[in-house]
Amino acid sequence: MRFAIPFALFAVVVAFLAVGLQRDPRLIPSPLIGKPLPTFELPKLSAPAQRVTAADLVGQVYLINVWASWCVACREEHPLLVELARQQQVPLIGMNYKDERPAARAWLERHGNPYRFSLFDAAGNLGIDLGVYGVPETFLIDARGVIRYKHVGPLSQEIIEKEFLTRVHEYERSSG
Amino acid sequence: MKFYATLVLMCAVAWPAMTTAADEPLSFAAPHLQLRYEHLLEELRCLVCQNQTLADSHAELAQDLRSEVHRMLDEGLSNDAILEFMVQRYGDFVLYRPPLKVSTWLLWLGPLIAFAAALVAIVRHARKRQRPAQELDATERERLDRLLADHQRES
Repeated sequence: MRFAIPFALFAVVVAFLAVGLQRDPRLIPSPLIGKPLPTFELPKLSAPAQRVTAADLVGQVYLINVWASWCVACREEHPLLVELARQQQVPLIGMNYKDERPAARAWLERHGNPYRFSLFDAAGNLGIDLGVYGVPETFLIDARGVIRYKHVGPLSQEIIEKEFLTRVHEYERSSG
Repeated sequence: MKFYATLVLMCAVAWPAMTTAADEPLSFAAPHLQLRYEHLLEELRCLVCQNQTLADSHAELAQDLRSEVHRMLDEGLSNDAILEFMVQRYGDFVLYRPPLKVSTWLLWLGPLIAFAAALVAIVRHARKRQRPAQELDATERERLDRLLADHQRES
């Protein structure tokens, strides 16, 4: 009985630590979920003269995938994106982050290009506005241009289906 | 012994390099801006190497965020506005001192609560030890008297 209180305290500490250790400290909840896509005006990777703004993309549910030719983990998820594009379930827009044009184009030629087009964010300004801290990152944007979901790190087939495609279908239904 | 001496020496040599802001030296001519710049970099966390401040980190993102802070100071934004800029993009996590709100009250008040609980426990324990010895009942007193009387007779 003497030890009941110290033991209870010990159990509480253990419970806290157990939960804490199970979590991935790299997953930071994004404050951008539910907010509109930040405004930007960026050239396309393939056509430097063509500039795209956030307003140009409104009206469809789509994914933005942040990638770079220097990003090793991007290579890991890339075959899944190529397959997703082949199935035409949802438009994929690339955001080429802090990269160089020749290297980025060569990378797409070698590994396949699943993107309708890629935005070219050499300075990383849109990256900062999107709170990007670990490439690759993938965002789900609804038809009104609101960010609905974000995944940090390489995608898996399970994440694509469970987290992204179910939400894509949901938002496509709600926007009619 | 020699090993430890070497270790201490190595740390002493490395220390200045570790504490000065990493990489490209962005700075201000005006001392008050330079002070605010350094203060803000110490308040903000590098998202890539999570246990370093923006001032310490060599990560590329940290460089970019340092130049963002520099740009905003140049434009005359207040410290609060700059911190708000970061929180809007990266969340409270970017702050080394998280704000006090419903989800963080345990974090802030937890140590205080633990301290108060320990204080209460110590006071109660001390009181218990001070409590006077229990009164003897009739039979015990009788036995004590007998023992004392025996003792006096023997001496």
